[in-house]
Amino acid sequence: MAETTLDYSRGLTPGDQILRRRYMVGRWLRYLALAVVVALAIILLIPILWMILGSFKIQRVALAYPPELIPSNPVMDNWERLLIDRPSMRWLLNSFVVAGGIAIFGVLTSTCAGYAFGKKQFPGRTIFFWLILMTMMLPRQIYIIPLFVLMKSFGWFNSYQGMIAPYIVYPFGIFLMRQYMQSIPDELLEAGKMDGASETQLFRHVVLPLSRPAIGAIAIFAFMAGWNDYLWQLVMATDELWLTLPVGVAKLTASGVGSIDIGVGMAGATFAFVPMLLIFLVFQNYFIKGITVGALKG
Amino acid sequence: MLKRFSKRVWDGRWGYVFIAPAMIPFAIFTAYPLAQGLLLSFYKAGVNRAKWQYIGLKNYTNLLTRDPVFPTAIKNTFLFVLGVVPAAMIICLFVAVLIYPLSQRKQTFFRAAFYMPVVSAGVVLAMVWVYIYSQEYGLLNYLFETLGLLDLLNDGEKIGWLAQTNTALLSLAIVVLSWSLGQPLILFLAGLGAIPEPLYDAAKIDGASGWQAFWKITLPLLRPTMLFVLVVLTIAVFQVFVVVQLMTLGGPANATQTIVYRIWVTGIVGAKFGYGSAMAVILLLIVSLVAVVQFKLLDRQLT
Repeated sequence: MAETTLDYSRGLTPGDQILRRRYMVGRWLRYLALAVVVALAIILLIPILWMILGSFKIQRVALAYPPELIPSNPVMDNWERLLIDRPSMRWLLNSFVVAGGIAIFGVLTSTCAGYAFGKKQFPGRTIFFWLILMTMMLPRQIYIIPLFVLMKSFGWFNSYQGMIAPYIVYPFGIFLMRQYMQSIPDELLEAGKMDGASETQLFRHVVLPLSRPAIGAIAIFAFMAGWNDYLWQLVMATDELWLTLPVGVAKLTASGVGSIDIGVGMAGATFAFVPMLLIFLVFQNYFIKGITVGALKG
Repeated sequence: MLKRFSKRVWDGRWGYVFIAPAMIPFAIFTAYPLAQGLLLSFYKAGVNRAKWQYIGLKNYTNLLTRDPVFPTAIKNTFLFVLGVVPAAMIICLFVAVLIYPLSQRKQTFFRAAFYMPVVSAGVVLAMVWVYIYSQEYGLLNYLFETLGLLDLLNDGEKIGWLAQTNTALLSLAIVVLSWSLGQPLILFLAGLGAIPEPLYDAAKIDGASGWQAFWKITLPLLRPTMLFVLVVLTIAVFQVFVVVQLMTLGGPANATQTIVYRIWVTGIVGAKFGYGSAMAVILLLIVSLVAVVQFKLLDRQLT
């Protein structure tokens, strides 16, 4: 059937020309549609650009109308006030501890549980797995009030353990790890057993090294979830020193009475954005892998 | 019988050892609060534990019949979901199909551009958008003015995007939409990659147009991905909170109240634990119901 496809290198018959015209129209439509996609991408990037530009504007410039698209007189005032007058470095540290803690615990619990759910036989396996899976589908906000009451009784406000504890289990990670474990051939584990490895040795020397790609994806996603988490961290921190970066930054503008200090707000927003951006740029492939692994097999 | 069961438990003991690190915190920080939330919703419960009092279904009846704000919050939450979810699905499908044939490098650019708002926290975007939407000095009004749209829509007056009841909800929905595109796009691109190329070749030989191939091959084979995206997106949008708390505080005139925002205001800030928990249970019921319906509907279409 190969002859029926068009070959423009040979002379064109009238029929071919009609087909070609149709093809051209299709091509222009395609260019038009692609232009729309490019426009969309630019629209999505504009707020981020506007934020960065805004962080260099003094209040008078920030409030100017028509707005100065490129600040004519860029200043560092906002950054100085953010970095020196506010405990923003402490917020940065808090965010790293919280997001890092959530990532580490998420990886640990997901790897262990994912391994058991994917490779072990034991009564109750299906029920336990479904329990976890169901909470993956539930909005956390549903039990935020009783969790708040629980933390109150523990006295865990303004503490790292309180900010991290509800995220020790990362249901999406368990799900992803189980999928991944099932793709590891049983023979590899059997071989390890034959060599006389104990269960813990098997886990440390065979399972863990094999699941490195999935661990990467889980670590990244748990970290991002922890970094960008807002509601729970807002609930847990009442002391200014215990705020995470997004919560602290949000309070920069929200707490201001009267006119809002836009420049500092934009500097803060940029400051909260940059670490995550760098992580995204470095680990882009892990992001894509993590998103797709879980979905396509389910 | 019992002996055989306990033998199976014993043989599977390492399974329990390995799920313990997840199941124990799960029991304390998820299962227990979930159960307690259900229970609390039947109580009048405030900060003082000694005064907690069982009141049956009263929280629920009050919420649905006497609460001046909660029904509006339910309605607004549904408007968010009904607006953002289909829009995100259609846009992502459109973009994915268009950029899929591009070179790897160009695809990476688009993927990164669409994923950028996902990476930046909701807080970050909410703060920038407040600035952009500002009535007096906002970028959006400036753009609309430059394009002549202000004359067209509002007699040349600047629009108070977040201050007017008829634009506030839409304005917030656009912010939520902006960070709802990245994940579906990557999923759709992966889904497209999983469709075997020979199917398209066969369709071409049979004389199918690109449009027909899209309807008869691409869409049906993307269904599982679409179902996944639909459910995940819906659940995510039901939780809309950051934009409300940082951009409008539920106003103007309750036009942007949402369920989760009410839960926070009533249950956490107002310390009405019982009443807030009843709201949460209603959210749970709604989300579960919607998820089940979505599965059923799409599953039937699938088979």
